[in-house]
Amino acid sequence: MSSHVTRRTIFTFLGPSVAALIIVGIIPLGYALWRSFYDFNLTRLARTKFVGLDNYAEVLTSDAFWGSMSRTALLFIISVPIQIAIGLTIALVLHRPGLSLLKTFTRLALVLPMATTYAVVGLLAQVMMNQKYGVINQILGWIGIDPINFIGDPTNAFVGVVFWDIWQWTPFVALVLLAGLSTVPTEIEEAATLETKSHWTVLRYVQLPFLIPSLVAVLILRTADTLKLFDMPFTMTRGGPGNATEFIAVLIERIGNRQFDIGLASAHSIIMLIVTIILARIYIHLFYKEIR
Amino acid sequence: MARAASYQDRNRWGELALLLAICLFCIFPFYWMVTTSLKTQVVALADPPVWFFTPTLQNYVQVLFEDNVGISLINSLIVAVCTTALAVGLGCPAAFALARFEFRGKTDLWFWFITNRFVSPVVLAFPVFIIAREIGLRDTHLALILMYLTFTLPIVIWICTDQFRAIPYDLDEAALLEGASQPRIFWSICLPLAMPGVAVSSILSFIFSWNELLFAYILAPRDAKTAPAMAVTFMEGYDVPYGNIMATSTLIVIPVLIFALLASKHLVRGLTMGAVK
Repeated sequence: MSSHVTRRTIFTFLGPSVAALIIVGIIPLGYALWRSFYDFNLTRLARTKFVGLDNYAEVLTSDAFWGSMSRTALLFIISVPIQIAIGLTIALVLHRPGLSLLKTFTRLALVLPMATTYAVVGLLAQVMMNQKYGVINQILGWIGIDPINFIGDPTNAFVGVVFWDIWQWTPFVALVLLAGLSTVPTEIEEAATLETKSHWTVLRYVQLPFLIPSLVAVLILRTADTLKLFDMPFTMTRGGPGNATEFIAVLIERIGNRQFDIGLASAHSIIMLIVTIILARIYIHLFYKEIR
Repeated sequence: MARAASYQDRNRWGELALLLAICLFCIFPFYWMVTTSLKTQVVALADPPVWFFTPTLQNYVQVLFEDNVGISLINSLIVAVCTTALAVGLGCPAAFALARFEFRGKTDLWFWFITNRFVSPVVLAFPVFIIAREIGLRDTHLALILMYLTFTLPIVIWICTDQFRAIPYDLDEAALLEGASQPRIFWSICLPLAMPGVAVSSILSFIFSWNELLFAYILAPRDAKTAPAMAVTFMEGYDVPYGNIMATSTLIVIPVLIFALLASKHLVRGLTMGAVK
């Protein structure tokens, strides 16, 4: 299905994209790698010097790094299973026949949270979760729960981030799983529903095997996006109070942009990059059969 | 049997309630955002929050004409449109090559394009900040337009490659027999047929560029400041202007929500780099 053409033709078509991505994607990484071996702080440029692997040693022994990594992991461990549980429920309901108009409307409603500007989600969190003026505390009050200080208390701020992460990404998980459900051949599904009345049996033995690819995609992409998570916690709490919502990307931003320590920030970045490349490798290996 | 029927019925009501709850959950924050944007500061800071009030547009007048949010929205628009145009211009030929040509290193190239989806902007932001400062691109639209290629270009390439693959190769062969060159086949035959893919990838590029915060916050602190970066600065200080913040948020979010609804069937495809169709 493809033709053999001259090197020049290939170069004409691909050259510009490759050049552009080298300029914006590779050169900065090269620069970061180089600077990660230096003591390089914008506030004392005169004292810049080569320090070898010192920055890496500092990262791997720093409480801030491991603290932010475990917060990032904790966020993933708490919110992703909830997203999958609710998302799967939504997908199964949407997959059933009937109520088609409402279901079309629901699908459109699901698109809204994941398209919302991530920084705006942080602002919504600030406004809706305020202890005194926030509507979420008002609603909690109706069911007898005292106002919660979501922004000012470390544990509650973390819960706040979990809540908005669930709000924004459960729809995504639901739609990915719905796409997975639609790969189950209709005949098999119908035959199974004739055999048993239990939705659980159908899910476990008929639908689940077809859902595995979608579930794996969700897990890998949510891992990558949780590692990237910056906008929402940053606008909501700036990583605070203390460092309760300082996830890995927020930490790197603080080191680079608020402490001006580019050398140390670069070392963090390179470590992040290695994790990222491993994730991407797995993802590609599993999902892009056409390139193997 | 009667028991089964009532079970079915109860299920129907449960399903209806669940669907309505999902819609409410997704939409309520937007409702609250828009209503708060129509409140005066006094009403917005009512304790407990009020649900019914006389709406006013004064927050919009304030943020658009006094607080530079208008300018930042124009900056966002310039950056999102230019980066989308550039990504489509560069990405379509590349996608055509990946769909039609065989060559060594294709797999690695593909891998590299997709990997960009996983790279955190924070990894690139500081080196680019230093480089941009050195070459005089700090605080310019151009710096943001170029950096946004790191995520817009892979999306365009992925979606358009898929689209080109869907075009029958017979068309190329017929044109080759007529003596057409590859650029001519690309431009006159395949590109017009790939327009749906180009449109979808443009919309997705626009959404992701418009939403971006980290590069904008670090690379464009003043003159080229985009709307999300502008919104962040509102939260600084003590007397937080709720109405203004929500008016700004509404202005930022409305264009992306319209585009997202237009491309609703493809948003998931874009977010998963096409692994999920």
